[in-house]
Amino acid sequence: MRGIQLQLSQTQKLRLQKALEQLESLSSKVNSDASVTIADSISVNHEDGVLKGHGTADLDGEVVATLCGVVERVNKLVYVRALRSRYKPEVGDIVIGRVIEVAQKRWRLDINYSQNAYLMLSAMNMPDGVQRRRTALDELNMRCIFEEADVICAEVRGFQHDGLHLQARSKKYGKLTTGQLITVHTVFSEETKTTFPSSSTVWAANAVRVLSTLGFVITLEIIQGVIDLSLSVNLDIHDMLGSEFCVLVAENEAERRSSTKKRR
Amino acid sequence: MEYVSPEGLRLDGRRPMEMRQIRAEIGAVSKADGSAVFEMGNTKVIAAVYGPREVQNRSQQLSDQALVRCEYSMANFSTGDRMRKPKGDRRSIEISLVIRQTMEECILTHLMPRSQIDIYVQVLQADGGTRSACINAATLALADAGIPMRDLVTSCSAGYLNSTPLLDLNYVEDSAGGPDITVGILPKLDKVTLLQMDSKLPIDILENVMQLATEGCKAIANYIREILLENTKELEYRRGS
Repeated sequence: MRGIQLQLSQTQKLRLQKALEQLESLSSKVNSDASVTIADSISVNHEDGVLKGHGTADLDGEVVATLCGVVERVNKLVYVRALRSRYKPEVGDIVIGRVIEVAQKRWRLDINYSQNAYLMLSAMNMPDGVQRRRTALDELNMRCIFEEADVICAEVRGFQHDGLHLQARSKKYGKLTTGQLITVHTVFSEETKTTFPSSSTVWAANAVRVLSTLGFVITLEIIQGVIDLSLSVNLDIHDMLGSEFCVLVAENEAERRSSTKKRR
Repeated sequence: MEYVSPEGLRLDGRRPMEMRQIRAEIGAVSKADGSAVFEMGNTKVIAAVYGPREVQNRSQQLSDQALVRCEYSMANFSTGDRMRKPKGDRRSIEISLVIRQTMEECILTHLMPRSQIDIYVQVLQADGGTRSACINAATLALADAGIPMRDLVTSCSAGYLNSTPLLDLNYVEDSAGGPDITVGILPKLDKVTLLQMDSKLPIDILENVMQLATEGCKAIANYIREILLENTKELEYRRGS
């Protein structure tokens, strides 16, 4: 069992355990045996034809999992959704990366993927907003736009022969100046399209940290819920990372999930 | 010295074909992509996996598969006599190589080209069978990191002392100087990926001893499977939908 590394008092431990048990009982009714581990065989109906997706392999005509995760079936496609893995970019994803190198006509970015991503000088809007050819002078002035250790928001353009390429062809992409960058395991997060007003970044950041220690899904709505909770109990920002608030969030989440379930 | 008493008990009170108690825990290092602690009796090993990530040394980059690296080390406090060992002595280089080759065999490296996977294993307590414990811990950590693998690898040692095949040797039995073998298997594919032996054994006895070690590996595989399934289910329900 993945332990939560926090100092909990006896009552807090019991409360957390109760909340987690409630969460377990809520999800166990939905899917009972979709979880697989490495080399478990996945039962499929061969007569209908099977498309083997990610996380599966063929072993003597049998479909076996190569990852630990949950089996998903879409028509003929069978794949295993890993619950913990590195981020895998898809075309159109909006990613945040940190510049690690300014190279020839391109920036090299770390986006927490298995390879670095490239942002070409020609794949972004110039700061002056004029559409024109990128000259040698532009290339020399690349450090004026982004330099090493800057945090940049961009869109995934696709895989080219030399690696993953990004583009930033709109005003909403570009350098992120305020706020803090938090790395969480990708599987916790879901697609979101809004950013927080900069005044509440610290609350938002701490909310994300609490949710990722608990391993809960991180969506905009839930982050907002955690922030509201912290404001309602009138908590200092630094107490948000304490064990008491962590337990409170777990209890709150259990309540929220059970209430949304009843509504369905 | 008598390693098996007339009653058929070993020095630590086990039967010849009995394994030490095993315990595993996933998620010991929070910053790593995957991590695990594995215990076999008093032997305790921690493993952390980083990656797949960008290759650090460009010249080592492989365009069609991932680069697997492994570093084995022993904590200074892991043995009875506290010794300052220089990093990279011959023993640990050899074990690093053994673990790397074993893990590389089961990782589907072709799915992650131009990247690198780092496996760090450290022995926290040494009581014989550190090689096996490291491989088991590394398997768990790799599975936790979500790295696709052909099969789980599990490893166990066995020896032959006082004309008895013994499973899962501890430090005293290991240092008796008798023949001992370390076996690593892929339990689902039923294949051997690692076989090492010290000293000599007649071939008919080797078969028995190896059979015993293989049984040990399978028992460990069952346990690891349970732990992984429990962990997967927990991640799933905590995450919610």
